[in-house]
Amino acid sequence: MEFFHKVTRFPFMNTRKIWYGLSGFLIVASILLVVVRGLNLGIDFTGGVVVETNFTAPPNIDRLRAALDAAGLGGAQVQAFGSSQDILVRLPPGPNASGAELGARILEVFRAADAGVTLQRTEVVGPQVGKELFEKGALALLATLVLILIYVLMRFTLKLALGAIVAVLHDPICVVGFFALSQMTFDLTAISAVLAVIGYSLNDTVIVFDRVRERARTARKLGIAQVIDESINQTLSRTLMTKLVTLLVVVALLIFGGETLHGFSAALVIGIIAGTYSSIYISAALALDIGLNVDDLLERRLTKPEEVDGLP
Amino acid sequence: MISYPGWKIALVAVVLSIAIVMAMPNLFGEQSALQLARDRAVVTEADRASVTQLLAGKGVAPAGAFLDQGRLTLRFARREDQLKARDLIAAADPDQYTIALTQASRVPEWMRNLGLNPLKLGLDLRGGVYLVYKVDVQSAVKQQLDRYEQDFRASLRTGQVPYQDVLVDYPEHRVRVLFRDADAAARGRAAIAADNRNLSLSDTTLSGSPALQLTLSDQQIKEREDYAVQQNIVILRNRLNSPELAVSEPQVVRQGVDEIAIQLPGLQNSAEVKKILGKTATLEFRMVDENDNPLEAAATGHVPLGAKLYYTRDKRPVLLKREIVVTGDELTDASFQPNGQDGPAVSVSLDSRGASKMLKNTEENLGHLMAVVFIDRAREKNAQGADVDRVTEEVINQATIRGVFSNNFSITGVNPIEGRELALLLRAGGLAAPLEPVEERAIGPSLGQDNIDKGRNAMVFGMLAAFLFMAVYYKAFGLIADAVLIANVVLLVALLSMVGVALTLPGIAAVVLTVGMAVDANILIYERIREELRNGVSPRAAITAGFDRAFSAIADSNVTALIAGLVLWLFGSGVVRGFAVVLVLGIATSMFTSLMGSRALVQIIFGGRRKIERLSI
Repeated sequence: MEFFHKVTRFPFMNTRKIWYGLSGFLIVASILLVVVRGLNLGIDFTGGVVVETNFTAPPNIDRLRAALDAAGLGGAQVQAFGSSQDILVRLPPGPNASGAELGARILEVFRAADAGVTLQRTEVVGPQVGKELFEKGALALLATLVLILIYVLMRFTLKLALGAIVAVLHDPICVVGFFALSQMTFDLTAISAVLAVIGYSLNDTVIVFDRVRERARTARKLGIAQVIDESINQTLSRTLMTKLVTLLVVVALLIFGGETLHGFSAALVIGIIAGTYSSIYISAALALDIGLNVDDLLERRLTKPEEVDGLP
Repeated sequence: MISYPGWKIALVAVVLSIAIVMAMPNLFGEQSALQLARDRAVVTEADRASVTQLLAGKGVAPAGAFLDQGRLTLRFARREDQLKARDLIAAADPDQYTIALTQASRVPEWMRNLGLNPLKLGLDLRGGVYLVYKVDVQSAVKQQLDRYEQDFRASLRTGQVPYQDVLVDYPEHRVRVLFRDADAAARGRAAIAADNRNLSLSDTTLSGSPALQLTLSDQQIKEREDYAVQQNIVILRNRLNSPELAVSEPQVVRQGVDEIAIQLPGLQNSAEVKKILGKTATLEFRMVDENDNPLEAAATGHVPLGAKLYYTRDKRPVLLKREIVVTGDELTDASFQPNGQDGPAVSVSLDSRGASKMLKNTEENLGHLMAVVFIDRAREKNAQGADVDRVTEEVINQATIRGVFSNNFSITGVNPIEGRELALLLRAGGLAAPLEPVEERAIGPSLGQDNIDKGRNAMVFGMLAAFLFMAVYYKAFGLIADAVLIANVVLLVALLSMVGVALTLPGIAAVVLTVGMAVDANILIYERIREELRNGVSPRAAITAGFDRAFSAIADSNVTALIAGLVLWLFGSGVVRGFAVVLVLGIATSMFTSLMGSRALVQIIFGGRRKIERLSI
């Protein structure tokens, strides 16, 4: 079986203004969503208490909430977690919150509604931990971007590296925007997914750039835009195939991985789609607009012997 | 002929064979088990024999019994047997072992002896409690400064040097001694230097008076903080390993600068453990001031010089001398005696320093009263939400010294619950700095099993989808890719089993993700081969070109993913690290299998053929 019998001839460079517009819209929309709607941060970042319980039959959530209020546990978020029998209670951080005690108290309240209710999980995170984790996460994001930039710089030229980095930045922004839109819980595993996406979505960009460089010599004749177009088209089948298979696997994770991995898998799905899009439509186009020319691509091979000659 | 060096094929074969053997222990599954430990002593081969004999006699012979790190693990075919055996062992001799309920792998003994162990499962998969404490390192530095203050006062007193005051300045990390004149300052310096050789004091003036100043350097502060964290880790380990708390395989590790993460697999109720872990209880021995009236001191609030007012359990005032005879730090051992001559007692042993002080004290004070003060610090929030240390100091016992003793004696006047706890705390030692709980996660065993099932399903269906796709899309070469994928998973499992990293749910997600990413390398190669074929290159040359030319693209793309994985590994803790470790190892194994493994397989299949008509790709 083969989806791409012939090399495609999509005019990516001529239509790049359209794709810039789409990307720009996605980025602005994502940022607006985060600012206006905000992220539904998990207790990893906000601090607080999460108690997961399992009922023998689906309970009435409103009644559970009222019962918790009556027991002095006001302000609790009560929601179904995965199935309607699994009930998650989330409390804001409080002084001297001991997970074991709170879990026991909540279970006691719930027993009135269902004698067979069991405690599945309790998590208590202090408020200062959340802040630290958030800072750590931001730092990790920055470190990854810088290191990847350095790597691409070493392998390619400055202009290609800049194109790659902007294209890569586009992906986590879209993922975070999606989290703001869907109000899915944004927790530590989601951050891991975002970072994994950054590393992974650069793959296709690198493959396109590899091909552009390989064909640099023909670029003198055809012009740089033409060569970029042809390179993207020539690598299109592998870009799409690799992402398709990874998506298949990640969708399996989304469907079967359960509620705990839901945010993580969703972040990967969005990130992989955004990453594929940006590698095809944005990264090389940006490099072209920064002023990539044939000499940039040939530069390395030409300067190498000179460097050797220049040595004393 | 397609050429590929034979040694590379041999290398792939050797690596894969080793990996298969190392991954094998994971095929055996688990059984309910008991873990027997002794307090500060190892369980021996003889114990194993006697315990298995005992159980066999009662019809609950264990399915397996092995010793590991001084603990005996007994495995049972049925869960009922596990509980029955626990009761039998406990009934035979209640004080001999700590018995914890756990799960153990059914790996045969010869495999275990070769060091082949199954994957460790993280807490989210096997259930248990995860705690993170923050060490109040600042208070450790404060304690250090306080100690200098006391030492300086003592040195000046013994050297009979007149001084005005000793001031501790916590924010600046310094201690300053004020003198009336320069002469006293010089004598003070000599007196302090005599007792504390390696301290460097600087001269200064404070509100016109000459003064000596000791400032802790940043290096010293850091050392002190490190010491506090390390010391607390040791003490928490001691407490968790004591027979009073039956915990199997507790793990205590440092996390970041000032945090300690504790994993307690299988533990269900964390309340009791947490109560013990955060405790800072200790003891002090002081002589009773028998010359003054404690009731009068309590009523007037005027405490005589050289004495300190305490209260007993039943709120009666007692005056004790300021000098401490022995502190809890000088204890080497403590055990609880529920049935002592005078009721429940804690019998203690002192180290040589404490013993000589106690000997001197009992010789001098025969017939006088000595008191035992129980000190407990608890960190609480006050009405404003700020942290306050509440210190409880109670006299738990006063007794007349009837004879001279030094290193071994008993303390009475404790109730049974408290006595047990006090013995544990005294034996484990005092915390070097207060601990504050910052994170607590408890996962029930049924949720753990649920997570295992979900992770397994995601992995099976994800891999199945990738396998089918490859086989359909790339035909024979797709099947090669599938074989390589299986090899990749085996290699990854073997590596994880060997390294001993605990597998978590995000870790399983990383396995699934690396499967998806490992396929990429094969697709890159196959697409390249197809491209070469389209350009009219012969099948044989296309294969060679496909592998060779795809190499740089595969290497490049994996390096960026590897960078992200390594950053996550370095920055992350807990959940994130569990994901990152597997991701990084998975990328490494997938590069090996798709570049070398896949090439070797192609060589084995096509290498011997003289002529390749066409490729099934």
